[in-house]
Amino acid sequence: MAFLETRRLTKSFGKNTVCNSIDLRVDKGELVCLIGASGSGKSTLLKCLNLLEPIDDGEIFLDGEDISIPGLDPQPVRKRIGIVFQSYNLFPHMTAAENVMLAPRRLHKRSRDDLLPQVTELFSRFGLKDQMQHYPEQLSGGQQQRVAIVRALAMRPEIMLFDEITSALDPELVGEVLDVLRQLRSKGMTMILATHEMGFARELADKVCFLDGGVILEEGPPETVFTQPTEVRTREFLARVL
Amino acid sequence: MPTRRQAYETRVKRRSAVIAGGSTLGVLAAIVLLVPLAPGWPGVKKSFFNAEVFAKTFPGLLDAFVWDVAIFLWSAPLIFLLGLLIALARDARSPALYPLRLFGMFYTDIFRGVPVILVIYLIGFGIPGLGLPRPWNSPFIWGTVALVLTYSAYVAEVFRTGIESVHQSQRAAAASLGLVNKDVMRYVILPQAIRKVVPANMNLFIALQKDVALLSFIGPVEIFRQAGVYKSLLANFTPYVGAALIFLAITIPATRYADYLLAKQLRERT
Repeated sequence: MAFLETRRLTKSFGKNTVCNSIDLRVDKGELVCLIGASGSGKSTLLKCLNLLEPIDDGEIFLDGEDISIPGLDPQPVRKRIGIVFQSYNLFPHMTAAENVMLAPRRLHKRSRDDLLPQVTELFSRFGLKDQMQHYPEQLSGGQQQRVAIVRALAMRPEIMLFDEITSALDPELVGEVLDVLRQLRSKGMTMILATHEMGFARELADKVCFLDGGVILEEGPPETVFTQPTEVRTREFLARVL
Repeated sequence: MPTRRQAYETRVKRRSAVIAGGSTLGVLAAIVLLVPLAPGWPGVKKSFFNAEVFAKTFPGLLDAFVWDVAIFLWSAPLIFLLGLLIALARDARSPALYPLRLFGMFYTDIFRGVPVILVIYLIGFGIPGLGLPRPWNSPFIWGTVALVLTYSAYVAEVFRTGIESVHQSQRAAAASLGLVNKDVMRYVILPQAIRKVVPANMNLFIALQKDVALLSFIGPVEIFRQAGVYKSLLANFTPYVGAALIFLAITIPATRYADYLLAKQLRERT
């Protein structure tokens, strides 16, 4: 069994089936990119994996353990799965450092002083040391998004989900955020990335999944999906975005 | 050398200033000249705007106003606290806490639905009527209770609006880190909500400062009651005008400050 695996994952909003019987497999240390048009179900799939949205049918297994049992307490699972959103969602009333320290302080019962060296190290690693005491509104979009990544990493998750994290950024700021992902990749972090950055997916993904109408229409190594797609819809989509 | 646009704007600005100043002066002049022509004016002037009475009673009114401020100062934190608790009760999501939620709903319905003066009468006369020993029959205590009960219902509604105005994505971001609901509320939602509703709450607390005068009906000799005493003593209404001026000295700056905060928030949002 893969490290993270979904079986027939189905999620509807009213009559609109957003994820339709999705089987996704992600091995430890893999980077899987979800591509597809807006509304194809990428974001919803990631929110389901993090248990932010309850699924209607199917199962989700994390390291062999079913985490989709209805009524299961989602908190312990969320500690193991980090997620970063398109709109950063930093807490505006806290400095960057406080944003990052909140969850470890509350969940690991550790003091600020105790956390500071480790958090400072994280900020330095991603070129944010000078921004630690800044409030989100004082940061650029790229800096905010990197702080959001650091905030998720501070919980030492076993897998990270990224939901179109560069889509809200000015083009010149996309690079610095993608660099963070490259760094995580080289450290062997398991990641699922919903993205419109085809170049990045092609360069770094182990596997690319093309979603269309709530199903994984095509999946495989990036070279295969990008150069020899078998499905017409995949070809149409790639022709539009490449 | 100003540009054409700048010259035009200077001209327009000067013109508006002249018109605004002129029309204000006109209205003031009309009031000053016309009101004294009314047949009852000499009488009104003597009994409402009597300089001698004013000078004699003003220090006493100021002394009495200390009570209004004191009652306000000990009521306000209690109102803030109870209002917050009621707002949280109304936001309770667990089914075990449903009674709390129901209570919060009834509470706000009832105390927003009854005139303040009625609550003050019912509590201020009703509870000491149980025959409580001193000091538990003090109108200061039960008057305060009445104000706290009424105003915390309004403050609770303001807090609830604030809680609801914090974007859903903030809850999602906090939950995704593994924080439990209680922590999400305490560290992420509430601090933002409380800041957002500062101007709205300030307006309520300004109203509270004025409504403290209603406690005079159940006993405490605060400024309104003191003005009434002077009125009976001197057969003159000027002390009421003095009392009004004292209230305005507090409420106008406070209102201006609340407006300023609100305008600042609106600017930040856009």
